[in-house]
Amino acid sequence: MNAKTTAPLTAATSAAPASWRRAVVNHPSWFPVVASALLLILLFAGAQVKFGSFVTPGVLSSLFVDNAYLIILACGMTLVIITGGIDLSVGAVMAFSGIIAANLLQNGVNPTLVIPLMLINGALFGLMIGVLVQYFNVQPFIASLAGMFLARGLAHVFAPRQIAVNNAAVLSLNNHKFRFGDWYFTGTVIIALVIVLITAWLLARTRLGRTVYAIGGSESSAKLMGLPVARTKVLVYVISGTCAGIAGLVFTAYASSGYSLHGVGTELDTIAAVVIGGTLLTGGSGYIFGSLLGVLVYGVIKTVINFAGADQAWTRISVGVLLLAFVVVQRAIVARASRR
Amino acid sequence: MDVAPIVEVLGAHLRFTGDVALDDVDFRMFPGEVHSLMGENGAGKSTLIKAMTGALRLDAGTMRLDGKVVSFSGPAAALHAGISTVYQEVDLLPNLSVAENIMLGREPRRFGHIDWALMRSEAVKALAVMGIDVDPRSPLSSHSLATQQLVAIARAISRDVRVLILDEPTSSLDQDEVSELFRIIRELKARGVAILFVSHFLEQVYEICDRITVLRNGKLIGEYKTTEMLRIDLVQKMLGSDSANLTVIEAREQSPAGPGGRKAVVAARGLGRRGATLPTDLDIFEGELLGVAGLLGSGRSELARLLSGVDISDTGVLTVHGRRRHFRQPRQALREGIAYSTESRKVEGIVAELSVRENITLALQADRGWIRRIPRARQDELSVSWIEALDIRPADAERRAGVLSGGNQQKVLLARLLALAPRVLILDEPTRGIDIGAKVEIQRLIGDLAANGMSVVFISAELEEVLRVGHRILVLRDREIVAVLDPDAVTFEMLLAIVAKADGDD
Repeated sequence: MNAKTTAPLTAATSAAPASWRRAVVNHPSWFPVVASALLLILLFAGAQVKFGSFVTPGVLSSLFVDNAYLIILACGMTLVIITGGIDLSVGAVMAFSGIIAANLLQNGVNPTLVIPLMLINGALFGLMIGVLVQYFNVQPFIASLAGMFLARGLAHVFAPRQIAVNNAAVLSLNNHKFRFGDWYFTGTVIIALVIVLITAWLLARTRLGRTVYAIGGSESSAKLMGLPVARTKVLVYVISGTCAGIAGLVFTAYASSGYSLHGVGTELDTIAAVVIGGTLLTGGSGYIFGSLLGVLVYGVIKTVINFAGADQAWTRISVGVLLLAFVVVQRAIVARASRR
Repeated sequence: MDVAPIVEVLGAHLRFTGDVALDDVDFRMFPGEVHSLMGENGAGKSTLIKAMTGALRLDAGTMRLDGKVVSFSGPAAALHAGISTVYQEVDLLPNLSVAENIMLGREPRRFGHIDWALMRSEAVKALAVMGIDVDPRSPLSSHSLATQQLVAIARAISRDVRVLILDEPTSSLDQDEVSELFRIIRELKARGVAILFVSHFLEQVYEICDRITVLRNGKLIGEYKTTEMLRIDLVQKMLGSDSANLTVIEAREQSPAGPGGRKAVVAARGLGRRGATLPTDLDIFEGELLGVAGLLGSGRSELARLLSGVDISDTGVLTVHGRRRHFRQPRQALREGIAYSTESRKVEGIVAELSVRENITLALQADRGWIRRIPRARQDELSVSWIEALDIRPADAERRAGVLSGGNQQKVLLARLLALAPRVLILDEPTRGIDIGAKVEIQRLIGDLAANGMSVVFISAELEEVLRVGHRILVLRDREIVAVLDPDAVTFEMLLAIVAKADGDD
């Protein structure tokens, strides 16, 4: 599904052991991605053994449908984290975009106008954070925290109560199921996968992507190499904000409402998924494909807890433990790399 | 000279938060010529280079390229104009592949996206020019520093380069790699490229350079033809001195046995660290002021860092007060009474945001552990007494340390170490970049400390100062001690000759 980013790995794995070794040496940044892929397989296998009928087309399909918004957020977040930044605003911006959309749709505004407005809204929040980070030297944590409070607050001012969405076109994004036997997917899943492909292509095959990695490697070196550091840093936050706007649309369709308290804490779930997917929190290394795996790991854990009938608090605990484990692994990798 | 210079900098002036980094410096480069910029630490070499490549902006002065006044908005603009630079610290991206590091910023594109295959083959071509064979897909961090340095050079010369700036390109290269680099430099020179070669290895400068510009303390000392400049004169111009009429005299090397009857506080036997200090024998005696002389890159700071536990030795034995010690952290050395003051006052020394009082009590507090806080009254008492004893001005313990002059910052650092009551004090260039009055005061102070029984190791780039202050003088060259001298028995000229290794010259 994501041939471009996986190309280096598949190219190497198809050949002899010698090239295997070279692949391992040449692509240490794929280790954590492989680790989360193995983890995902392990989770599936474990759940299948425990519950008997876990790995079914229905469960797998709903995994994508239920987490489409998170996949979109994770794509934008991956870019930001690779530059060494962080974007805490995405959950709130998603909710705010949803509120605007629900409000406008309720007043009969055409979705073809509402949807671009949501994206622009997200992009503007991203622009604000990016400018604060780049030109006012505000730490990404603080700048995006400010963005988060602003978006959450504005959402509440805009509409303190939940607004139901009745627009058929928007709702059909989530409700209309394209079925293939027992498999199905929805408009929201298509949107999420398109975003995955676009951001993966951006990272792997464009100068923007290379500059994103370069900034994460060493911002001062990237500057001395004459790369457009300032422009790129602002741009990743704009992309992340736009993703939050798109996620707002997807989430509105999913929840069939707009509400100022939608997606509280989503930014942290997103960061957790990205880190579990193998992106280094210190920047410089990571893949969109890994983040997709990270979201799926998160989703599977949630489903497993549901199946077991346990409290959803256990999802947080499991994700917390995984996050810790992955961060420790990352530290070990970084420590090994810097010893050389 | 009938050829017009390709690069010309006139009246360059730049200050960093109060310190003058460049003061009315002129500099020029000619096509097809290798030019060297020489000077000690803090002379302004790197600053001048950064100003020429658009990484820093001059406060005053102009730069001309091909006779036209230019002002680069950033490194990208300088690159575009044909000025390629390899910076002192390998400024590449360890997280990316070798190919990306060479091609970044001008990746070949096809149908709007990067053509990886073409990018790798271009990178291989650039590497082949350098005579190195590495997998372009491999991450840069998997290679040695030397290879990384060669990759940085490959990046610089793989584009249309008219002016090539190499800031210490040879610091981690071995002999073969250096000769390979020189072969490439000569090729580029034949193609009419103007090359700036900065190195603290005098032999290399004399081998490859046609012209030398000397800077000292941000000021231009002069521009000379290499063939018309004796090595010893060059060193003298770099280090600064008014003595003229230098003659090379064979130095009387003395045995390192110290003043009779006195106990060695610190004794090193074969102490060394790979790549930094060759195995060294050294004694430091009680109440002795040991001066250390040597050029930049001679290993003078590295030796100090080894003795004080900042760096960990990998060979030899260190004995302190008759007991064997192997320091892994500065803290362990401090426990033995060995205190070290770094040469980079701003980066590793003074905490600019804290007050003078907090700076003075910092090390003592760290020594006690953070739970046993030094009572405020004791802190005040301590800082006031040290401010008085060292004559720190302004005599205000609550002033932010960052606003003090360089000399007073140095005194604050000294006070911090002295508050620990050390028995051995290792000072790495304590007088660099401070005015002459403060310099003399610090020298006097160090003399007093030694007279009271403290052992002081005094490292300085200024030979005259070492000669005047030291009871014994250690000369370092190429990472080893080459002579231990009695300052009463040597003249400035003799010391200079040993430091500069004048043999093989003239």
